[in-house]
Amino acid sequence: MTEMAISRFRRTFRARALALLIAATIGAVSNAAAADRSIVVASTTSTQDSGFFDYILPIVKERTGITVKVIAQGTGQALDTGRRGDADVVFVHAKAAELQFLAEGEALKRYPVMYNDFVLIGPKADPAGVKGLKDIRQALASIKDKKAAFISRGDRSGTHMAELALWKDSGVDIEQTKGPWYESIGQGMGAALNVASASEAYVLSDRATWVNFRNKGDLEILVEHDKRLFNQYGIMLVNPEKHPTVKKILGQEFIDYLISPVGQQDIAHYKVDGQQLFYPDANDPNA
Amino acid sequence: MPDHTSAFHLLLTGDPALFSIVGLSLAITLTAAVVASFIGMPLGALVALTRFRGRQFVIVVMNALMGLPPVIVGLAVYLSLSRSGPLGSWGLLFTPSAMVIAQTILVTPIIAALTRQTIEDLWLEYRDEFSAMHVGAFRRIATLLWDGRFSLVTALLAGFGRAAAEVGSIIIVGGNIEGFTRTMTTAIALETSKGNLSLAVGLGVILMGIVVLVSAFAWGVRRAGERFAG
Amino acid sequence: MSANTDNSDLPIEFSGVDIDVGELKVLRQISISIEPGAPTVLIGPNGSGKTTFLRVAMGLTAPSKGRVMWCGHSQSPPVRRAIVFQRPVMLRRSAFGNLHYALASAGVPRSARRRRANELLSLVDLAGLGDRPARRLSGGEQQRLAIARALAREPHVLLLDEPTASLDPAATKSIEELVRSVSASGVKVVMATHDLGEARRLAGDIVLLHRGTIVERAAVDQFFNSPATKEAQAFLAGELLL
Repeated sequence: MTEMAISRFRRTFRARALALLIAATIGAVSNAAAADRSIVVASTTSTQDSGFFDYILPIVKERTGITVKVIAQGTGQALDTGRRGDADVVFVHAKAAELQFLAEGEALKRYPVMYNDFVLIGPKADPAGVKGLKDIRQALASIKDKKAAFISRGDRSGTHMAELALWKDSGVDIEQTKGPWYESIGQGMGAALNVASASEAYVLSDRATWVNFRNKGDLEILVEHDKRLFNQYGIMLVNPEKHPTVKKILGQEFIDYLISPVGQQDIAHYKVDGQQLFYPDANDPNA
Repeated sequence: MPDHTSAFHLLLTGDPALFSIVGLSLAITLTAAVVASFIGMPLGALVALTRFRGRQFVIVVMNALMGLPPVIVGLAVYLSLSRSGPLGSWGLLFTPSAMVIAQTILVTPIIAALTRQTIEDLWLEYRDEFSAMHVGAFRRIATLLWDGRFSLVTALLAGFGRAAAEVGSIIIVGGNIEGFTRTMTTAIALETSKGNLSLAVGLGVILMGIVVLVSAFAWGVRRAGERFAG
Repeated sequence: MSANTDNSDLPIEFSGVDIDVGELKVLRQISISIEPGAPTVLIGPNGSGKTTFLRVAMGLTAPSKGRVMWCGHSQSPPVRRAIVFQRPVMLRRSAFGNLHYALASAGVPRSARRRRANELLSLVDLAGLGDRPARRLSGGEQQRLAIARALAREPHVLLLDEPTASLDPAATKSIEELVRSVSASGVKVVMATHDLGEARRLAGDIVLLHRGTIVERAAVDQFFNSPATKEAQAFLAGELLL
């Protein structure tokens, strides 16, 4: 049987070599094709779910010739992808985390781009009685007092971090006081809305994803337009000195487009159901 | 793809985005199944036909690996292919190649284990006759592979089915990038999270259709095998 | 010992052969010489070691003790001898396919295979069934095909393990005729059977096995008319138990 063993072994090695060759070839070919003018942008699921990229990327391609490949994750994950050097640009909406990223030297500069706003979604029946309140802090305190069902994204995303900040602002120590009424699902905005819709619960969502969402059920916007609900987007080029494979020229071109007057106008023109979803503010020094 | 059109409408009007998604799914899954066969079949035959220390252990491991959780494979491949990982210089993360690699890893144990079973069963049947007819080693292997071809094709189709159905690994290593690494399963995951449930369901039906077709084909192959070879 | 380059495997000589399977002694102290000539038929109760004997004679099973020699050589590749197992396994192909396979393994050149396959099919009376999947043939047909496969290598010795065990009388008769004609063409047949009538019809000499030893060996007429040993007498009376 040893002759058979040896011949089998040789065949196995040849087979593995062939397999690696095929994989590498596919890789080389697809990379070569895309290596022309493409970048990887790590962004958030909320931004993707809002349809923003479906709208803007073809425009980007037209104006700059750059093919943008978006990896959509939670903010925390997106920044980690940048830290690993697996993305060229990070585009998220959690200023504190972005500044931290900057402080670590993972990027050299942060550019504000645009903002959208959060809205408090809840069931028409409104068990916590928050509809029409002007102050989000009151609404949240009421939800906690009434122990009304609330869905949290729980995924280190910008939305999640904004939610946590708002609880804090409302004087609620959510870690201590949360109970079965507070469900942390660890998923994206769309998933959170699905769960809220199915269980008639409150949820904090960005307006863009809400407007785009197709499964609203009995939910509606109950609280909006509080300045505390504004959601700022920042964009950063991953530091090419730390990660030499980053496509710094193309990445910077993409950033430059978004903050240019043309880009800012393109952003403002994105509308769903007649509603503008994103407000450009690259020129705002405080953004 | 437009958000609120049903998948069937897109299918009928030949929406290019839908077709590219279906095409990519098939390309990745087929490639993975073929590569997995190149690796798994000789491996399975080798284990079936040779005696070595720890053989039973290897067989147990092979069978256990059939149930490898896709997300774990996805994570492992992701960490390996990441720029800060050992194979980062290949630059394969977030490309279809990474998805092929992940699915190949998932499918190879299935093909190897099923091949081993087929070849070993056939070997036990044929062994005496091989000895009696004084058949040489190479010839024996070739005969086992050829006479077992219907079962081996079934193994390949089983591997294909497994790859076609999974999403956990390819969504991690591929990134679900529109136009590049979005397949039927990852698109379903995305559209569900966007609340486009009717589109997600439609895509699901198309996917199920393909899986059912493959199963029917596998059944047909078995029947043909029984008819031709008895 | 050198490899066999002579033109024959005969005589096949067992010297003090033991076959142990774990604790069980399947064959013990078998010493016998199988010479060319009329068929040698092995008989004996179930479990007496007939199948093992044939396997050893073929060279498939090595003796635990003692040795086997083919024409004076202790090593002989099974080129000039062939065996048909009790339940022969057909390859998953047509009858022709099986024969082609056996012919190829025997080194018959491709150009000659078709003709030889047809000859063999006719020899075993299966002409016309060449394209049928072999596993779909009846029991008797498969048995005949197995014999044809064995004959593909033009053996000098043909070992048969209970070839008619599971066959009806008509199939049995056709197999027996085949064995007769094969033997008449000069092939030494060594056959195990549980059918005493068949043994009497076909044998030149009889070997009675009981519990792994050779109890008696005699020319066929002598064995049946005046068995020498107690066991032989008991066996012929149907009273020899395991």
